[in-house]
Amino acid sequence: MAEIKLQDIEKYFGDNYVIRKLNLTIQNKEFVVLLGPSGCGKTTTLRAIAGLEEIDSGDILIDGKPVHELRAGNRDIAFVFQLFALYPHLTAYDNIAFPLRATRESKASVDEKVRAVARALQIEGLLSRRPSALSGGDMQRVAIGRALVRRPKAMLMDEPIGALDAKLREEMRTELKRLHLENDQTTVYVTHDQVEAMSLADRIAIMNEGVLQQVGTPSEVYDNPANLFVAQFVGSPVMNITPANLQSANGGTKVAIGQDGVAFDFPSAIEPQLSAARSDLMLGVRPEGVLLAHNEAAGHVAVEAHIIEPLGAYDIVDLKIGNAFLRARTASGFVDRPGDMVWARIDPAQTHFFNSLSGDAIHVRLDE
Amino acid sequence: MAAVSSRAQRIGHPIAIVAIVVSTLIFLAPIYWIATTAFKPRAVATSVPPTVVFSPEVTPFVKLFTKRVQLKEQPTQEVYDAAPWWEQRLFDNGERVLRVKGEVLPSQYPKRFMNSLIVAGLSTILAVGMGTFTAYGFSRFRIAGQDDLLFFILSTRMLPPIVVAIPMFLMYRTFGMTDTHIGLIILYTAFNLSFAVWLMKGFMDEIPKEYEEAALVDGYTRLQSFFKIVLPEATTGIAATAVFSFIIAWNEYAFALILTNRRAQTAPPFIPSQIGSGVVDWTVIAAGTFLFLLPVAIFTFLLRNHLLRGVTFGAIRK
Repeated sequence: MAEIKLQDIEKYFGDNYVIRKLNLTIQNKEFVVLLGPSGCGKTTTLRAIAGLEEIDSGDILIDGKPVHELRAGNRDIAFVFQLFALYPHLTAYDNIAFPLRATRESKASVDEKVRAVARALQIEGLLSRRPSALSGGDMQRVAIGRALVRRPKAMLMDEPIGALDAKLREEMRTELKRLHLENDQTTVYVTHDQVEAMSLADRIAIMNEGVLQQVGTPSEVYDNPANLFVAQFVGSPVMNITPANLQSANGGTKVAIGQDGVAFDFPSAIEPQLSAARSDLMLGVRPEGVLLAHNEAAGHVAVEAHIIEPLGAYDIVDLKIGNAFLRARTASGFVDRPGDMVWARIDPAQTHFFNSLSGDAIHVRLDE
Repeated sequence: MAAVSSRAQRIGHPIAIVAIVVSTLIFLAPIYWIATTAFKPRAVATSVPPTVVFSPEVTPFVKLFTKRVQLKEQPTQEVYDAAPWWEQRLFDNGERVLRVKGEVLPSQYPKRFMNSLIVAGLSTILAVGMGTFTAYGFSRFRIAGQDDLLFFILSTRMLPPIVVAIPMFLMYRTFGMTDTHIGLIILYTAFNLSFAVWLMKGFMDEIPKEYEEAALVDGYTRLQSFFKIVLPEATTGIAATAVFSFIIAWNEYAFALILTNRRAQTAPPFIPSQIGSGVVDWTVIAAGTFLFLLPVAIFTFLLRNHLLRGVTFGAIRK
């Protein structure tokens, strides 16, 4: 049980500046997901916490104590690798027992602990098998068992279910969540899959090009992305991002998007708040924030439905707005055929504005 | 591993089978010839056309293991009858064994054979051992000038070893290492080391470093994880490297001939010296060669599973 604190971590690979002044505190018992595209430095950060990678500057504190002098094995941390890294010449039992044998525990106590972990992971029947005789999911269960058996201060997981197929991945995701709830283990989890991050994390730390972009609960990063990168990386289907122009109209404010300047109604309260970035404005709205109607209604604009993607539970409709597209999420079958005209509006409450130069979000309050 | 899908794939194409059988016969022919010659009577061994059917005898082996001289005169019938059967066969060939106080004097062959085992065995252990550690270092750590170092290691194999025979001989004489076991062991270890480093590096690179990292995180030191994880994973490579190193050291002739004579001489230079005085006796040479083949054959046979996986290692991705 541990608190992990990263202070001003910097790491270079040659000329490559892979972690740039990273600051992050992982609370005791917290499940934190490091999320980002490949090459963003998330795995390097995780390996640095484990002691498998040296950092060039900064401090890593575990329970308040700096750990750079400590070898990986003395940090009391477990690591789960993407490709499981089970020792092929040892049985599942011996793989799980391996960390305990480093500590010269008695045979009986090792046996008891291995069996307890195997029971929790429901792999008791597989203990005598070699890794090559296990399925992908069971290999990962054994790998997790090997990590849990020692009751380490913290668990570090590097895309632990990334190598599994989609269905198994979903199962293991639930299982990981259950294990975390049962064991209350401080966990740092690296993934590039935002669905995994959203479903597992207490807090998500989003990284890009070695820079921490935003840290927050899943709903915080989803509802209030700090910048354009986070807005586009989190959420599926992806948020609509488009250049926007403010237009003052009599009694209200319109926001025009696309080159032809189809304008949507917004409360006039936004106008003073956006005036500073007026000429470099980007509008972001998730597909569920684009509302469609079959008939003309107040504040709606007529648009053409260009492509319809039926996804079962809902449809994604690409609306043609001038030369740009806006994706809307609708009830399935809401729009009959591509080419139909529908009436659209953008929900101001679900709209985000960004400064296109800095990429930062501009927080707008709608009520006054 | 790919599943075997068709019947043809399982038993092989007829042409492939023929090709394999023919090439196997070609490769086995000299071994067959050596093995049969070792059991032939001397008169039959060099007959033209070659004799294929003969009654085998062990006289060549008796000759190989004893010190003999030519008979000056035929033994009397009493002496002949009193002699054991194998000595009678020598009498038939016009030779007799040397005896000191009634004890048969053994030949140098067992000693030379032991020397070969000691020299080839120890130099293999040293070359493979050092090669494994070196390869591990090259494979796992970022070393300044790594590529240059590896090239330098390989470059020691770029000239035929015999061209350094004279400087080697002078050096060995200066250090008093001629005709010593340790001298040959060092030499053969040096021969095989570069080869072992390169071969083992290939095998080490194939072992995912996550295995050791898992062990490191789990509380083991690097050395412990090397012995507990890396070595068991590298057995295939170690076996393959050991077989090749052993064969090279076992068969080395030129340096053994130049650098050793009495104490440390190995079997390869000794066997041809048995050609002997007077008549050339090929059956003794064949018997010596035949026995000399056995250790390598047994060693290779024991490691055959590793060896087969070893030479095809890296060709198949899981």
